[in-house]
Amino acid sequence: MRNVYLITAFVCVAVVSLLGLRGTRFTAPPLDVFPEWAFPSMEFQPRPKPQGASRFFADGQADRRPVQHTVARGMLRDDDHLFLGRDSAGEFARGFPAAITVDPEFLQHGRERYAIYCAPCHSEVGDGNGITKRYGMGATPSYHDERLRTMPEGEIYNTITNGKNTMMPYADKLAPAERWAVVAYVRALQRAQMGKPADVTDAAARQTLGLP
Amino acid sequence: MSKLFPKSANKLPLQIVIYVGVLAGIATAGVTYYMTPKYTRVGYAPVQPVPFSHAQHVQEVGLDCRYCHSNVDKSGHSNVPAAQTCMNCHGTIKPNSPALAVVRESFEKNTPVPWVWIHKTPDFAFFNHAIHVNRGISCVECHGPVNQMETVTHMQPLSMAFCLDCHRDPAPRLRAPGDVYNLDSRTLADQGRADEAQNYIHDWKLMPPQSCSGCHR
Ligand code: HEC
Ligand code: HEC
Ligand code: HEC
Ligand code: HEC
Ligand code: HEC
Ligand code: HEC
Repeated sequence: MRNVYLITAFVCVAVVSLLGLRGTRFTAPPLDVFPEWAFPSMEFQPRPKPQGASRFFADGQADRRPVQHTVARGMLRDDDHLFLGRDSAGEFARGFPAAITVDPEFLQHGRERYAIYCAPCHSEVGDGNGITKRYGMGATPSYHDERLRTMPEGEIYNTITNGKNTMMPYADKLAPAERWAVVAYVRALQRAQMGKPADVTDAAARQTLGLP
Repeated sequence: MSKLFPKSANKLPLQIVIYVGVLAGIATAGVTYYMTPKYTRVGYAPVQPVPFSHAQHVQEVGLDCRYCHSNVDKSGHSNVPAAQTCMNCHGTIKPNSPALAVVRESFEKNTPVPWVWIHKTPDFAFFNHAIHVNRGISCVECHGPVNQMETVTHMQPLSMAFCLDCHRDPAPRLRAPGDVYNLDSRTLADQGRADEAQNYIHDWKLMPPQSCSGCHR
């Protein structure tokens, strides 16, 4: 009987040293304790997953693009100002589309999106000195020169949607309404840089700033 | 005849019963230790086609998770970025780095980068990112400190018990909405703002499902 216990103990030690402890790093795919071939379950269902692979479509991807010349329900983009930033004459439109109300909440949303998607290059204040400048993105312009300050809103919207030269499009990351929120915040940044002492009307704020 | 079984054989049945008991104990311990996701998944860090470092991009460059995982707060699926997202910067920054050859190739050919998928729930369980991250549950609760990782490693079991632990009592693991993407932030409870967490639970009417059909739909 002693031998039996010795052998058992030996097997235990062998198993632990073979399988290791919890939480060790490994690179092989995780072990499936109940493999599909032995225990058929619903673990792998034959449905396409986002960004998944597909053996059915020739390009091997489960994600499909809309068929050409079709429009999904609710996706009709018939407002040129809202979706293209252009007016009825096809020029870049000035002002914000009618479907959009610019209020503090909208600006706050624009600020958040700007900080995520634009600030790495254009910086928090929009002077073009974002962190990527240190690593070699040299060409990022400042929003605070005359050309960009007088640029129509629609053209900024178009830059976000389609990119410009070395700046790539951000249409995949920002929905149209979000792009307008960012445009509104860019306008706010530009206005802030042009601020004059006379713009400060709040008495308490004037005192902190040391204004008469 | 009397010599066929030694005297000690009288004790054998009892010894066998004890041994079987010991063996069953060992087997149970082995199964719970080695056959649960805490062992099978935690620590999984596959070799990726591009040596992409979250530590470098999040801590050094200061990118927000949503710059790349841009759908995490909008949809159930948190997307892994397409090659164009990398080329936003790497068209200019280190444009010839050999480490980025795979990204450049897939950008030119418009094919996906063959990233290895790490966190997976089985198809019979339903999971949704947006509903969690928009309600003060930070990435760090389920993915560990990704912002410090050179290679993404599976840090939490993501088993049913893990999900339910939080669904039964989410209050101590809530963060303020502004802290969700800052993985170094502390939970409201840790900051001594537990009553604020209770307010969020009340205002947002948080009711994480505990019934089977909530997740197995
Ligand atoms: C990866 C770095 C990067 C990011 C992120 C970025 N940009 Fe740019 N942006 C650039 C560069 C570089 C240029 C200069 C392009 C050129 O060569 O004209 C530029 C130019 C611009 C211009 C001026 C276009 C013109 O007509 O001259 C605007 C407006 C602009 N960006 C807005 C944005 C907004 C809004 C965002 C966020 C959604 C953003 N950018 C994000 C790098 C970036
Ligand atoms: C510069 C782009 C970028 C940023 C910023 C970024 N990620 Fe990622 N992330 C990736 C890429 C690319 C992958 C796929 C390759 C890999 O796993 O390393 C990935 C993979 C992941 C995965 C594993 C996905 C899987 O396969 O299961 C998690 C989890 C993750 N990221 C979380 C985060 C969190 C949390 C943050 C914010 C702190 C973040 N990421 C910021 C690009 C990024
Ligand atoms: C906001 C800009 C930005 C984005 C977007 C970005 N990176 Fe980077 N990446 C950097 C910077 C900055 C460095 C550091 C370069 C240095 O150290 O000089 C870097 C370094 C790297 C390196 C190391 C290169 C080397 O030769 O050492 C790799 C690999 C890399 N990034 C992969 C990626 C991948 C993959 C993506 C897309 C998911 C991505 N990056 C997106 C800015 C970015
Ligand atoms: C409540 C837990 C939880 C939180 C919080 C969470 N994740 Fe996930 N994550 C998961 C699970 C579970 C999966 C596997 C999903 C699947 O199989 O579809 C996953 C998968 C992923 C993936 C791989 C792609 C996918 O969707 O399958 C990425 C990338 C990712 N998460 C990023 C993030 C980021 C970034 C955050 C924070 C903003 C985050 N996650 C927050 C649980 C979570
Ligand atoms: C750290 C806490 C936490 C963890 C871990 C967590 N959840 Fe949740 N989950 C929540 C909270 C809080 C809600 C409630 C959201 C609400 O009611 O708005 C929720 C809601 C849900 C919902 C309901 C969504 C809906 O449409 O009503 C599902 C499904 C869900 N979680 C699945 C999961 C799964 C699967 C896992 C494990 C991979 C998981 N959760 C892990 C906190 C968590
Ligand atoms: C919070 C979400 C959630 C709820 C609620 C939930 N489950 Fe699950 N369940 C999961 C997840 C996630 C998995 C997959 C775990 C894994 O991958 O290890 C799972 C796995 C399982 C499995 C294992 C299947 C297999 O083949 O491995 C069974 C059985 C199961 N659940 C039954 C139930 C029952 C019965 C209930 C109701 C009492 C329930 N679940 C409630 C999330 C949930």
